[in-house]
Amino acid sequence: MSAPPALSGRIALDEVVPARAPWTAELRQGQTLRIIDLEGNQAVDFLIYASADDAERYSAQDTIAAQGNIFLREGSVLMSNEGRPMATVTGTAVERHDTIGGACSCESNTLRYGHHTKAQHACVENFLQGNARYGRGKRDMVSNINWFMNVPVEADGALGIVDGISAPGLHVDIRAEMDLVVVVSNCPQINNPCNGFNPTPVRMVIAG
Amino acid sequence: MTGTADPAGARAHARAMAGTKVEAMPTVPASAAEDRPADVVPEAMLWAETIASGGYAAKRLDRGARLRIVDLFGDACVSMLVFNAERPVERLNVADTVKVQWNAYLGEGGLLLSDMGKVLMSVVQDTAGAHDAFCGASNAASNARKYGSGDNWGAHPNARDRFMLGVAKFGLGRKDVHPCINWFKGVRIAEDGATRFDLGPYPAGRQVTLRAEMDVIVVLANCPHVLDPRPVYSAAAARVLAWRDAPTTPEDPIRNATPEGLRAFQNVEQDLAR
Repeated sequence: MSAPPALSGRIALDEVVPARAPWTAELRQGQTLRIIDLEGNQAVDFLIYASADDAERYSAQDTIAAQGNIFLREGSVLMSNEGRPMATVTGTAVERHDTIGGACSCESNTLRYGHHTKAQHACVENFLQGNARYGRGKRDMVSNINWFMNVPVEADGALGIVDGISAPGLHVDIRAEMDLVVVVSNCPQINNPCNGFNPTPVRMVIAG
Repeated sequence: MTGTADPAGARAHARAMAGTKVEAMPTVPASAAEDRPADVVPEAMLWAETIASGGYAAKRLDRGARLRIVDLFGDACVSMLVFNAERPVERLNVADTVKVQWNAYLGEGGLLLSDMGKVLMSVVQDTAGAHDAFCGASNAASNARKYGSGDNWGAHPNARDRFMLGVAKFGLGRKDVHPCINWFKGVRIAEDGATRFDLGPYPAGRQVTLRAEMDVIVVLANCPHVLDPRPVYSAAAARVLAWRDAPTTPEDPIRNATPEGLRAFQNVEQDLAR
């Protein structure tokens, strides 16, 4: 497998997010965040907020409507709930990423798998923790992006999180079109194939 | 000297308006609605209102209440937010709604799920079969691009700003306007992920009836679908009827239809055990 193309500009940050952990960062307009799926098929749950006004945030529905497609691919523009471009997928080695599956939560896990999963760590817990340092809370939870996650929709409407199409070392590059706060959950889910049943670390690089 | 030059004249002028009928208005009391469902007694009626093209409305409904939305002319697009009335920080989650039910398309027997693993409302009747959980509300920018304006005070209001006004009247704000469901305009997903918008034409009188599975606040906006390709702002009036009815019983077929859905009902029942 070939390495991802070199990022242009100064490397402002290069760190590894442990498996199961939250992560936050601030991206200035024009900077690029590269996420590297180090061990393969690791879902990276992802929300962005406008630094200037955090009531403006990533909107899956506005993004889907604007591009006429549920999948995020190279060239996809991530739209805000106010209909403005927040970021652009400038490159990715994975064919497509998910924006309909949302985040796992302790509560939805009880529906999907049974009440024995309520005490397991979940992405909403990570999002709440990541957002808390900015004074945000549950009202700031909206449908998120799942980088490296595979959610097909079949002709009869059947949909589900199925085996991934990512692989070790594959990446996605996201360029900020406005100043942003990024909040990530490195997904801890162990009850479906979104992480290959084994949550793993991912690498974050900010350049520019 | 006009008839409104002094308070008494102004009062007489204002009072003379009473009884005026327009298309888009609430029927108060709702028991007086002429289109009350045949099997509903007048005293059970909770809400009867016609929402204009571009209009909005909001209502708190108790558990067990039925909410019927009627596409009067076959060209409504009713976008909906739903909150837990007791704790509005719990609200509709469209991602969980499609993911937990393993299906992209809402219809009869479908559940509207909250972000707390509970069922907010269930779909007890659907004669439309064309809805959308993916594309969300129009916004000021999208309406300005298509119609030249999108403002609440103009001729082409957008659904997001309608929602903002609707939630404000319950003390909620912009952060409470969450991803929504669009009733009566269908969006299907192709194998490559493309959205396939179904403009119709649709027959008049299509309807969806929802059952409140907890005390809820519903906020409705009737604006053209964000993917509507027509250059003219087109959303026909919708009728809303709600009435008091019994909460869901343990034997209810929708409650018991799937293991995931059953747990969503059980989580509501557990929350109400106090």
